[in-house]
Amino acid sequence: MTQAKTVIQAQGLDLTFETNDGPVHALRDVNLAIDKGEFVSFIGPSGCGKTTFLRVMADLEQPTGGHISVNGMTPAQARQRRAYGYVFQAAGLYPWRTIGGNIRLPLEIMGYDRADQDARVARVLELVELDGFERKFPWQLSGGMQQRASIARALAFDADLLLMDEPFGALDEIVRDHLNEQLLKLWDRTGKTIAFVTHSIPEAVYLSTKIVVMSPRPGRITDIIDSPLPRERPLDIRDTPAFLEIAHRVREGLRAGHGDV
Amino acid sequence: MPVAVVVTVIIAIWYAAAVGLNAPWAHDKAKRAGQELGLAALVQDTWSQDKPKLPAPHQVGAEIWKTTVQKKITSKRSLVYHGWITLSATLLGFGFGTVFGILLAVGIVYNRTMDMSVMPWVIASQTIPILAIAPMIIVVLNAVGISGLLPKAMISMYLSFFPVVVGMVKGLRSPDRMQLDQMRTWNASAAQTFWRLRLPSSMPYLFTSLKIAMAASLVGAIVGELPTGAVAGLGARLLAGSYYGQTIQIWSALIAAAALAAVLVSLIGVLQRVTLRRMGMQE
Repeated sequence: MTQAKTVIQAQGLDLTFETNDGPVHALRDVNLAIDKGEFVSFIGPSGCGKTTFLRVMADLEQPTGGHISVNGMTPAQARQRRAYGYVFQAAGLYPWRTIGGNIRLPLEIMGYDRADQDARVARVLELVELDGFERKFPWQLSGGMQQRASIARALAFDADLLLMDEPFGALDEIVRDHLNEQLLKLWDRTGKTIAFVTHSIPEAVYLSTKIVVMSPRPGRITDIIDSPLPRERPLDIRDTPAFLEIAHRVREGLRAGHGDV
Repeated sequence: MPVAVVVTVIIAIWYAAAVGLNAPWAHDKAKRAGQELGLAALVQDTWSQDKPKLPAPHQVGAEIWKTTVQKKITSKRSLVYHGWITLSATLLGFGFGTVFGILLAVGIVYNRTMDMSVMPWVIASQTIPILAIAPMIIVVLNAVGISGLLPKAMISMYLSFFPVVVGMVKGLRSPDRMQLDQMRTWNASAAQTFWRLRLPSSMPYLFTSLKIAMAASLVGAIVGELPTGAVAGLGARLLAGSYYGQTIQIWSALIAAAALAAVLVSLIGVLQRVTLRRMGMQE
């Protein structure tokens, strides 16, 4: 954690979608640096470009201007070297594969040998506290467990960057609290860099070392908040004045960005 | 229970229709013999004519019984023998059609040029009446020395590949944007995406198509037996029956064909249920 190596570097990033109703500015002049080991949340109303930004990092969208590097490479190179794991909003597990088989899927694609696959599956299942569920099928698991399996799948190969697009958005509050707590522990144990898209203020403040507030039309960054909270965060830290103060600042940032509506 | 009621009603209607349709002939006969026909005698006659316009169910049943159980299956008069001839052509054509249909679908999904050019031809091929093209297929193949089972299988294939193409194109395209993006984040090759995502996703579509293809395949095999003056097969039985006015024989061949289709389609249904349950795609 001591070396401050930059993982994501974006400068003057622009992305314009051409639609039938004219151009849509999904991202305009986005500048951001994410250091190794950081937990960065992107928060903002829908249409602010937070997911688009994440997809640009993952080489799922192509920027129309500016510059971005991932691990010092272009996003395309980073993707080809499997530099990141991506967790989507839906778990997206294959119903015809067991939980173990689903986690094995990217490992098969990447050509890990069988023994290594087994070891990795066992390790990540333990990491997300799903040990014993390897032979179960997705429909036998609750929504929260499925999402944990999908996180395990993104952790199974050696990518030290984790991109998460509202992974807990479809889950209820209690499950979400639990998963947030687990995710923090996991981040602490693995030392991965995490970029996390959310629209929940408490979630963003609770999880992050850095909160990026974005606003729509055009999608842009309006505030970047470095969290003073300690790395060790029990759930009740959310009642402390420091926590509430950051949450307040995020809310103000969101309101300012929304001033034109 | 509701099924039994429906079947009973259908059989009742069938018997009633047999009386109506066969009555003129019965009256003719009675007049020539100078007899007056009572209702009971009329009914009895209409249900037991040799060459009725519409044979009664029990006549068809007796004919089927006679030509299946009571004949050796090697006999030319055995319905099992004829059924097997048709079945073998059906299955071969179904196999060809399925393989050809899947290959075409893969081409259409992966190749833009094929996507734009092949589908209209596939659809056009199905607008041609099979009765028009079947004799040509048989004549052409005969000219190059191929006869017997293969030409009929070709006609079966011609009918059965279509539902497979349509179903598989839809099935192979059924993975959503997120699943394809996910494959992309793992830098998966096109082949890996095909075998691990697209093909398994298409299974429910495939089985639905296979059911239609199987029925179409049987129709193709029977049609393929008609223009050749084939001596064997359910189609040949139909043709021979209509030459000699053997309506009972026609109906028993028809019922045999329908039963065959029902068995084949329900076999695929069983296969579908087992496979999809094992794949976790059906509760």
